[in-house]
Amino acid sequence: MFDALSSKFTDIFDRLGKKGVLSEGDVDSALREIRVALLEADVSLQVVKEFVSVVKEKSVGGEVLKSVTPGQMIIKIVFDELVEVFGPDNTSIDLQATPPVSIMMVGLQGVGKTTTSAKLAYKLTQDENKKLLLVSLDVARPAAQEQLSILAKEAGIRSLSAILGEQPVGIASRAMKVGVSEGYDIIVFDTAGRLAIDQELMRELSEIKNIVTPKETILVADALSGQDAVNTANEFNSNVGLTGVALTRVDGDSRGGAALSIRSSTGCPIKLMGVGEKLGDLENFDAERIAGRILGKGDIVGLVEKASQVIDETEAKKSAERALKGKFTLEDLGTQLSQVRKMGDMKGIMGMLPGIGKIKKQVADANIDDKMISHQEAIIFSMTPMERKNPKLLNGKRRKRIAAGSGTSVQEVNRLLKQHKQMAQMMKKMGKSGGISGLDASVMGQLNQNFGQFRG
Amino acid sequence: MTHNKTDNVKSGWLKRLNVGLKRSSDYLTDSLRKLTFSHKLDEETLSELEDILISADLGVPMAAKVIKDLSLKNITPENYDHEIKKTLAAEISSVLDKVSKPIPTIFEKKPYVMLVCGVNGSGKTTTIGKIAHQLVGQGNSVLLAAADTFRAGATEQLKIWGERTNCEVFSKDPGSDPASLVYDALEKAINDRTDVLIIDTAGRLQNKSELMEELNKVVRVIKKLDPDAPHARLLLLDATVGQNAHSQVKLFSEAIDISGIIMTKLDGTAKGGVLVSIASQYDITIHAIGVGEALEDLNNFDPDDFALSLVGDN
Repeated sequence: MFDALSSKFTDIFDRLGKKGVLSEGDVDSALREIRVALLEADVSLQVVKEFVSVVKEKSVGGEVLKSVTPGQMIIKIVFDELVEVFGPDNTSIDLQATPPVSIMMVGLQGVGKTTTSAKLAYKLTQDENKKLLLVSLDVARPAAQEQLSILAKEAGIRSLSAILGEQPVGIASRAMKVGVSEGYDIIVFDTAGRLAIDQELMRELSEIKNIVTPKETILVADALSGQDAVNTANEFNSNVGLTGVALTRVDGDSRGGAALSIRSSTGCPIKLMGVGEKLGDLENFDAERIAGRILGKGDIVGLVEKASQVIDETEAKKSAERALKGKFTLEDLGTQLSQVRKMGDMKGIMGMLPGIGKIKKQVADANIDDKMISHQEAIIFSMTPMERKNPKLLNGKRRKRIAAGSGTSVQEVNRLLKQHKQMAQMMKKMGKSGGISGLDASVMGQLNQNFGQFRG
Repeated sequence: MTHNKTDNVKSGWLKRLNVGLKRSSDYLTDSLRKLTFSHKLDEETLSELEDILISADLGVPMAAKVIKDLSLKNITPENYDHEIKKTLAAEISSVLDKVSKPIPTIFEKKPYVMLVCGVNGSGKTTTIGKIAHQLVGQGNSVLLAAADTFRAGATEQLKIWGERTNCEVFSKDPGSDPASLVYDALEKAINDRTDVLIIDTAGRLQNKSELMEELNKVVRVIKKLDPDAPHARLLLLDATVGQNAHSQVKLFSEAIDISGIIMTKLDGTAKGGVLVSIASQYDITIHAIGVGEALEDLNNFDPDDFALSLVGDN
């Protein structure tokens, strides 16, 4: 059992050690998978093609971060690129204008415009402490005006009362007058759902826009939507000019690729996301959350991110150089251990490694836990700097003191020293044999050894 | 909204579908036109066709399968461009044929109970209005149950469709328990000897297990009065939906064993190609498509027309 576990690790860490630079072959095979992943996440084909070519350009010849496989490295590049496409966007609603400031919500039928209008008004009341007016311009869908007025009531916001037979343009003019005369800060206009190819209704939208001169024109788009999302967004953008996007139903289980399509084809920032059916369920857009979801490989991405955050490059380099010269001190081991610990909960880290899920029980049995690492760290911290540099000083008396100081036993101290000795020898051998990319081999080699030793 | 008043409904919607598709699929048609220079379905042609299918939301595995089948076919050189599209459409249509069947119009058991569900905004209430219109037109008495007691204005919306179709609407106060509402509605339909009861449910995302349980409870309550009901358990899919439709079909089926699908909003630029892979994976009937906002804008699902529109050839 433990052999299986150990060989799994060896396997993973072996691969990590060997490649320093991404080859075109690595990149191509990984990108094929990523193309399919993006398409399955409903990113539009055109956008996928452009995106993949950008990633390829950035990946070939790129350095592979210590601690990940080339495949994972490419996923990291893809992830970073996704986040870059999405931002850094200003997700705040632009209210810099003479009140009343108009916000116009547009989109296809059934994407959630009315609900989002009410949520946005509620959010602005809460966050900005503004006086809001909600206005429904939807005279097409039965009971759309009632729906908005019920939601407004629930949110404690005033909605403009409907007048039977009044047309959208007329309602919009009336709303602007009311907005001025009654001193509203912001007016949110909910419009009727319409197809982007319905020219008559798109003209109506432009007409409304001329009357209310919105500071924000927000496309409400469904996170469940597929390849067509990009066409719709482009049509709305070219017809009425969008300033932002609200992505709805982010609380569903879709991968949300539409977000990427819309963002990259229209250039409009995604500002908001709907995450539930309650009034408060509207959040500022979170690019990383969506990027991870589009990839569907959030766990690996998380690991890559963590690894790149905690492994201080220079520190690693220094210890690697020393190690290869055979000068792998206890201090270096201590640094290694704290790096591993900084990556988080050991079981969490293992959960992130592909394929480990199946052998969770063995992982638990093997007792590879955070306690082990912190015990070992404590042992090293209980040594004097001199002892750390020269373990030969550690006679029985000193070992007893260290065990007491670290709250462990002499046996544990001995085990650590034995491990360290073996690791140092291994390092020395590696250094002599050469041909291994120094940094990766040493850092990961040490980790590998550490894991190996836990078996005992 | 434009209300199409044409007498010939079928040609009316086809025309509109055509116009919509022409506008939207220009680039697809262009890419197909380019193919006329070649007389073999070479790798490049096949890959371009595959792109067309992916852009129509068929999904990567389904597109690959259809293209593989196509690559085995002979294409006659005359009218080459059209032949390719026709053959491709026939491939797709063969997948859809076996699952296509209209909504029943003659009912042996009465009341025939239809439960309509789907994610939020998929067009449940509008579609119910259209189904009621058809059924009333065929001489059936129809009761509509406003079981979406959650969304603001949902009951009012259904009532307006009730007025338009001369159907009675059974409703309760907002926030009422949907299952008990449905029980009462069915009891009323039984007592009144109504032909059809159509139940409008609240939109729900399929990954919200408590809401799926609520739907399941509605079915259990119905079975107390009639173990065979609900006779139709319809899932509405919005044509703009992407690959998430798989999850919708899977999870709604797990909750209430979906019997049929209606695809809405096919009058836009979205093609709803995900239906093809759903048809190949599930034994679920596809009944009808929604093509507009007017009462008559519901048509029987026609595999050939649908397949042709996917490949951009009407």
